Amino acid sequence: MSFSGEQLARYSRHIILKGFGLRGQKRLSRGSVLIVGAGGLGSPAALYLAAAGVGRIGIIDADEVDLSNLQRQIIHGTADLGKPKADSARASMLAVNPEIEVRAIRAFADAGNIMELIRDYDFIIDGTDNFPAKFLINDACVLAGKAFSHAGILRFNGQLLTYVPGEGPCYRCLFKNPPPPEAVPTCRQAGVIGALAGVVGSLQAMEAVKYLAGTGGLLTGRLLTYDALKTSFRGIDLPRRADCPVCGEHPSITAPVDYTPAACDFR
Amino acid sequence: MILIVAGNPKEYPDDLNLTRLIELEKVETPIYVTVALNDSFVESGGFESTALKDGDRVEFLYFMGGGR
Ligand SMILES: [Zn+2]
Repeated sequence: MSFSGEQLARYSRHIILKGFGLRGQKRLSRGSVLIVGAGGLGSPAALYLAAAGVGRIGIIDADEVDLSNLQRQIIHGTADLGKPKADSARASMLAVNPEIEVRAIRAFADAGNIMELIRDYDFIIDGTDNFPAKFLINDACVLAGKAFSHAGILRFNGQLLTYVPGEGPCYRCLFKNPPPPEAVPTCRQAGVIGALAGVVGSLQAMEAVKYLAGTGGLLTGRLLTYDALKTSFRGIDLPRRADCPVCGEHPSITAPVDYTPAACDFR
Repeated sequence: MILIVAGNPKEYPDDLNLTRLIELEKVETPIYVTVALNDSFVESGGFESTALKDGDRVEFLYFMGGGR
């Protein structure tokens, strides 16, 4: 693979970067990322990965852009109201960087399609807003041996963890099962500051960039928590569970599972 | 004794188990919280029987579902 003069200019700040360079850029161009959810987390992640020149990006979301999304979902604009989020996101990504390939998928991930969806991607970003989807993505990535970035945000706090097969715990090592619907608050009920999603979604993009470029360390075995009110980040070192139902020694989960979403997530 | 809870060293009464610590720390929805003690997970059924000792590091992990 060789870059044109225009591409060398577009990616020059990557290419001159020690420890990244042309080699890192080539790896991004050959790499692929699936972003599940074109919302608060998915918006910054998708824009940064498109701008960075990740060669192939998939973005999946079944919803349409709603006025209440625009406070944080910066990939969509006022002119996109009512449009499918996946299409609106794709248009914004290609406006930033027309040289990459973007696939817009207008669907919700479920147990029936998740293995097929993730199959052709190197790295997965969980930008979803509900626990059934978070467990689904975790289980599918563990079963398929795919690296992914988990993240969640609530009120003024966020947290993220990167799973790489064979390195550190999966999401289910930390949380064995989804909480029952409405047992814990969601953003819809509790609110969230847009920039918080921006901080955490950008961190997810950074994890994907490092994974694809093979540069630096990842958030494996460490849950990074962000407290926006205190402006403090903290990494919590966490082990794998030998008895984890999906990544453990004797897994009981051998195929993706559909859980009932929280009542407020029904559309 | 001193416990390091969520990264903060603080003085706590002696003879404390995890159930009592969860009460003292006013942990929200404790039945859905994962507890890590000195880098290993404690099963939720084992909070009462887990006695804490000076220097223990305790982390509470909370469900955060938002994102989209
Ligand atoms: Zn696991």
